[in-house]
Amino acid sequence: MLVRPSGGHGLLLGHPLGSREVRARIGFLPEHFRFYDWLSAAELVTFHGRLCGLAESHLRRRVPQLLERVGLGAQASKQIRTFSKGMMQRVGLAQAIVNDPEILFLDEPSSGLDPAGRKLVRDIIREQRDRGATVFLNSHLLGEVEKSCDRVAFIRSGEVIEEYEMNAWQNGSLEVEIRVRHLSPEAMTWLAGNTEDVRVEGDRVQVRVASEHHLPAMVRCLVECGAEVFSVTPQRVSLEDLFLQTMGPDPGL
Amino acid sequence: MSEIAFARSIASEVEPANLGLSGPSALTTVLLIARITFREAVRRRILVVAVLAALGFLALFGVGVHAMLQNMRLKQGLLQQREAVAMMSTMALYAGSMLTSLMAALTSCDTLSGEIASGTIHAIATKPVRRWALVFGKWIGFAGMLSLYVLLLEGGTILIAWGQTGRILPHTGEAIGLLWVQALVLLGVSLAASTRFSAMTSGAVALGLFGLAFVGGWIEQYGALQHVRTCVNLGILSSLIMPSDALWRRTAFRLQPPLLGSAGIGPFSSLLIPSTAMVMYAIVYAAIAILLAVLLFERRDL
Repeated sequence: MLVRPSGGHGLLLGHPLGSREVRARIGFLPEHFRFYDWLSAAELVTFHGRLCGLAESHLRRRVPQLLERVGLGAQASKQIRTFSKGMMQRVGLAQAIVNDPEILFLDEPSSGLDPAGRKLVRDIIREQRDRGATVFLNSHLLGEVEKSCDRVAFIRSGEVIEEYEMNAWQNGSLEVEIRVRHLSPEAMTWLAGNTEDVRVEGDRVQVRVASEHHLPAMVRCLVECGAEVFSVTPQRVSLEDLFLQTMGPDPGL
Repeated sequence: MSEIAFARSIASEVEPANLGLSGPSALTTVLLIARITFREAVRRRILVVAVLAALGFLALFGVGVHAMLQNMRLKQGLLQQREAVAMMSTMALYAGSMLTSLMAALTSCDTLSGEIASGTIHAIATKPVRRWALVFGKWIGFAGMLSLYVLLLEGGTILIAWGQTGRILPHTGEAIGLLWVQALVLLGVSLAASTRFSAMTSGAVALGLFGLAFVGGWIEQYGALQHVRTCVNLGILSSLIMPSDALWRRTAFRLQPPLLGSAGIGPFSSLLIPSTAMVMYAIVYAAIAILLAVLLFERRDL
């Protein structure tokens, strides 16, 4: 536990928050991921592994594998003071998963990283999830959250404002943009009756449908009414839009 | 092999994962942190610089004593020569004790405060380690290095003096012990301060207290000479706030060869000799400083 809570209590893996034993089963990448920069990457991950209670012999095998996995195989014996931010983040991820945690906490792991770094974070999250771990991702980069997470919670001042199941939300109603010419009045009537929020701008028509299962019927109708359909593009409401809708334009976070 | 051990060995072949570990033992943590503290001093060149300073100091002292003796051999007898070397050694040890105290305060003031400020502590304090073991490990690491440093600097000074005259100063073992305690007192204060304050502030606290004790010692000596009770009391008070100067004055007293009477007021003679009780107090003080460091760090939000 880094900070004493102002109130309340909680359980982590069945143990009270702050219990020492349960910390052996979690991994944590802090927001500023700073480490002893006079150690080499291998020495640092080994050090953190020893802090988890792992044996030296086990770490001698595991650390090279881990560093290889995060793309630092060639830099294992270089001192961290020579590392770029992206490389530091990779070391950070390695130390966070050295003990094969059941829960992995990542605090802003992608901020300030290039696309390769962000992809690595997403890959690690997916791998951890696939091995059965739970990943807690704290991030302002909603694009990354959208790609990586199954459930999302918006928090303001320590309170959960809203929670979403990503699958359910993405399988729900969606906006569709259709590029179409020669839209007949019958087609328009059908659209008005079977979709919502129809907006026409030149050759682009924006509609909202209840689910993507309605799309084939809509396209068939348009084609049968003589329209020339160039593209049908589902436009999911981005998580960012959802965030701004839920939290307001200036949540003052 | 028992069933459990067998199952574990199989499990480690299949998946070398976390086998329900609950973190390292307290001793492992302490030793791990102590080793890493030592490694930090080596890799960040602190140790090299400190050792070079000590060697430079010893070289200067050695050459100085040698030159002085060469000069004296023509004019003065063996007894005076030995007294002169004893005097010079005491001066050197006085300077050496200051150097050691400075090292103790300045190398350790950054340790916890720097890690807290940079956020390095976050990935460490969230591991299954006891916070007190982190502090204690650092103390052991620094105390170990300071012990070697005292042996090098103060021990080296004594050895050089012995080498030049064939006669060793009295109570050198006790002298080194007292200066070792002095270093640990400074270390304790610096460490305790660094759990709460920035590196600079922690260093300033430790050295400020050192300065306070220094001045207090002089005031006490003056009070003894001039029979001013208030001054003596002020001096005692300052020794209670920071016993570093009291420890030096006892060292100086114990190093005095029997024939060298108190040559008036000065740092190399003690009119008021700190008692054994004061030495005990200093040891307890150093221990309390560590306990304070542990307590403060335990409660601190990171």
